[in-house]
Amino acid sequence: MNITEKILARASSKDNVEPGDVQFANIDKIMLHDVSGPGVIKTFEKLEKEGIIKVDKLFDPSMIWVTEDHFVPSVDKISAENIAKLSKFTNKFGITKHFKYGMGQYGICHTMSHEEGLVSPGELYVGGDSHTNTTGALGAFACGLGHTDIAYAILHGELWFKVPETLYFKLNGKLPENVMAKDFILRIIGDITTEGAAGKAMQFGGSGISDMSVESRLTLTNMTTEAGAKNGIIEPDQKVFDYISERGITKCDPVYDDDDAQYEKTFEYEASELEPLVAKPFSPQNVSPVRETNIEIDKSYIGSCTGAKYEDLVAAAKILKGRTVKVRTEVLPATISIYKKATENGLIQIFIDAGAVVGPPTCGACCGAQMGVLAKDEVCVSTTNRNFPGRMGDLESKAYLASPLVTAASAVTGKLTDPRDL
Amino acid sequence: MMKGKVIKYEQDNIDTDVILPGPYLKLHEHSELAEHAMEGMDPDFHAKVKNANIIVTGNNFGCGSSREHAPIALSASGIEAVLALSFARIFYRNSVDGAYLLPIEIDEKTYSSISENDELEIDTDNNQIKNITKNQTYSMKPFPDLIGKIISAGGLFKYKS
Ligand code: SF4
Repeated sequence: MNITEKILARASSKDNVEPGDVQFANIDKIMLHDVSGPGVIKTFEKLEKEGIIKVDKLFDPSMIWVTEDHFVPSVDKISAENIAKLSKFTNKFGITKHFKYGMGQYGICHTMSHEEGLVSPGELYVGGDSHTNTTGALGAFACGLGHTDIAYAILHGELWFKVPETLYFKLNGKLPENVMAKDFILRIIGDITTEGAAGKAMQFGGSGISDMSVESRLTLTNMTTEAGAKNGIIEPDQKVFDYISERGITKCDPVYDDDDAQYEKTFEYEASELEPLVAKPFSPQNVSPVRETNIEIDKSYIGSCTGAKYEDLVAAAKILKGRTVKVRTEVLPATISIYKKATENGLIQIFIDAGAVVGPPTCGACCGAQMGVLAKDEVCVSTTNRNFPGRMGDLESKAYLASPLVTAASAVTGKLTDPRDL
Repeated sequence: MMKGKVIKYEQDNIDTDVILPGPYLKLHEHSELAEHAMEGMDPDFHAKVKNANIIVTGNNFGCGSSREHAPIALSASGIEAVLALSFARIFYRNSVDGAYLLPIEIDEKTYSSISENDELEIDTDNNQIKNITKNQTYSMKPFPDLIGKIISAGGLFKYKS
């Protein structure tokens, strides 16, 4: 079995599973946020009213955490009420891991899950958000679900899963300078399309992955969602163990591929052949080398669970240092601890000196919610992960997805720019 | 067994951002979500859904975010089934576990045979779709065992709680 199959087998107390098998499995960790949380609450209310369930207590409050990220700062009365509902819910059921906006560490759910050491290698983790896949970079089975499933999981501690086929992506060699994990995953989605991994696991390996930092790996697994994958996963190594032990996890039960692990298909890439890319509107699969574009932009957005981790801000700051932005540029660190570290190390000063605005951690314009949504016909280059019509604002606005280096370089020139040409 | 008329979207990859745009994710009342269904792609959806309850569409329907708002918005607007060449996994799962609508996989031939406004009769017991308008019968892919049971029970909580 491969790592995904082994985690699912263990969680369902089976010696062996095969792709296509469907069974209930025990859940280790569950995340909900200010969109899926109120959805769960609503589901409970409805089912209680219909007399189908009675929610007195949850399966295990300690396996759950709650984030506030999509609509913070509250944009209106409704979003403020949703936040208030979350607090009532976590108080009532004794969920202590509730990361609140404006009360110390909080931020985007997927970044919180690895930064706060909330998931360990080998665990089965589900979240009420499609990019839950992100956390698979730590060697966990991590997948996103809707709120009925999450409601079921927090009540019963289990859910049904279909064991996916696995596509294996092998990266040979070290990424060249100015090429980031984002370019690699865009290249993959360009090659296999947004349906290329539908319902499957995407596993990454090879010397190029071993060479990558944990944060870079998280960019890869994050965007497996855009290829339709059920989960993204990477076998844990010493870098992961160091990363989680810095976050207080000293014991875990990691899982690795068996020697005879099977994959449905293996794709091989040479790192030296990769270059800075963008995904053009309106699909993450519309991939093109930055150098082959000639696009003027109105805005540069450095944010989200994909592209506002500490390392992403370091990359953007490297470009923006001593330069001035030519278009509206927003930097939204993914969490408060990233914001703090970026402040301590002078990155925030660099952004402000360059003319950018630095905002609080939030999903913000990534999902078109607030904090810099796009006007009709506006063109944005963004470190985020989706560029469907209307994703970041008006239906006729356009988002180009790119690495933090490309996004920052484009901010400086006012057009899509390969950082090598700056 | 269900019966109704078709709204056809001849395209692949209809994503949850157009089925129910992001700014409305803060809404949770089903009737409010219905007001914004398909707002990102079809301004005429509300007029169409007055006479129709089945969507027929291409590959990877419901891709993108995990928002259960998407099947809720469709179902609260009156859509009872979506017939697609394929579905994105979370949309499919949400539709089944929340018992909002029937996600039915069809083949290329069936897809091209069905037109807008056709009247269909869907018989999930016998895995058959009857096109009353055109007097044709198609077969549908049967639901996998567990999924069929969850659908018959009326959602995940009714199936097992
Ligand atoms: S930052 Fe964007 S992709 Fe990430 S969780 Fe928020 S809305 Fe989703």
